[in-house]
Amino acid sequence: MPILGADMTAGTLVAWRKQPGDRVSRGDIIAEVETEKGLIDVEVFASGVLERIIVAPGVTVPTGTVLALIREDGLAGATAAPGAPPSPAVPSAPRPPVAPPAPPPGPPGSRQRVSPLARQAASRLGVDLTAVRGTGPGGVIRLEDVEAAAARPAAAGRPRLDPGRMRQTIAAAMTRAKREIPHYYLAHTMDMHRALAWLAAENARRPVPERLLANVLLLKAVAVAVREVPELNGVWRGERAEPSARVHLGVAISLRGGGLVAPAVHDADRMPIGELMRALRDLVQRARTGGLRSSELSDPTLTVTSLGEQGVETVFGIVYPPQLAIVGFGRIAERPWVVDGAVVARPLVTVSLSADHRVSDGHRGGLFLAAVERLLQTPERL
Amino acid sequence: MSTDGVRATVLSVLGEIAPEADLGAVRGDRPLREQLDLDSMDLLNFVVGLHEALGVDIPERDYGKLATLDACVAYVQERKTP
Repeated sequence: MPILGADMTAGTLVAWRKQPGDRVSRGDIIAEVETEKGLIDVEVFASGVLERIIVAPGVTVPTGTVLALIREDGLAGATAAPGAPPSPAVPSAPRPPVAPPAPPPGPPGSRQRVSPLARQAASRLGVDLTAVRGTGPGGVIRLEDVEAAAARPAAAGRPRLDPGRMRQTIAAAMTRAKREIPHYYLAHTMDMHRALAWLAAENARRPVPERLLANVLLLKAVAVAVREVPELNGVWRGERAEPSARVHLGVAISLRGGGLVAPAVHDADRMPIGELMRALRDLVQRARTGGLRSSELSDPTLTVTSLGEQGVETVFGIVYPPQLAIVGFGRIAERPWVVDGAVVARPLVTVSLSADHRVSDGHRGGLFLAAVERLLQTPERL
Repeated sequence: MSTDGVRATVLSVLGEIAPEADLGAVRGDRPLREQLDLDSMDLLNFVVGLHEALGVDIPERDYGKLATLDACVAYVQERKTP
């Protein structure tokens, strides 16, 4: 069960997308799990053959639990999958589930009665029989019951978010951040007139589905600027802060009905602006309708949050552990600005930085914000 | 297309963007952004949805004319009229 963010402790296996004997390649979606952040597609990080499924659908297990075994190409033994921590590579036995998936089907103490066909189908479809309620005579589980159970997760389609659970997760992560991370905060007001003029001209020539939002320019500027101050881009691993050579920008996305997720746009600094916009649209849609990938939740190296549309002028963000910094965008609004000794109306935005003082200092944070401003003055190069 | 037809299509596009919304309760004279909690990404998806459903190409400078349901319907009808 991959860790999909700070303070995620467990997840529920909802469905297997691959079956024993299937070939899997790195990046394939192998399973769906339900977490506080909705229904997440779990990717596999090895190529080979799925040898054995260990955790059945409906079962909740702690993060780090091996979900299945994959026989990697060129190796004799099977390895844990997907994305499990280095230890234990091949467990002798899976850990017990955290909570029972469903009420037992029969009376207390009774032995579950399952037809042979149903048992075969359960094995083939990866259905946990303890989670199936039998509709046959005396509660016997029939083939139809197993097939219905196997079809249920796919029919759900949308994330089954529990706002209370999500709030608890956010609370745990933010409490940890405020307890452990000595934050410092910087804000820098920037002139957006060149960026917005370029954007207007660009959108006038682009087909409707390819149009850009101002936010995507800000995201790209942040992704490129942070390469100049790498101590803001990375994660803590144990006692060490590790800057990342790649920029996986976590984008805070508010969810309808409350809560938020901050999945990553991988390698945002290297994406052409149109591609970054497409990636952002896709990410927002999947965040709100289900279908985020596990790597998108576990990989962010720097998070960006934008609250300008709510009228916010300056964001004072809280770093999301184990990351090293968070960048906030306020509202882009016309205000007086002095240019060549004259006061003129200009669209301005305040970009803020909250960062971990154990890893960087305000001087470096200031250089980062200055780099963002500099990049926004030549938007055509972003 | 009739006014009712355009209105139904606009509501259908909004339903794709805000599936949890009670579209029957949307007031025609109140800002959609407030009623449906739309952000700029939703607005872009709305414009793309109108483009795909009705064939109208809405320039960015006209986004402000889509603020309410009534304004949207009027705007789309005007754009579709040759």
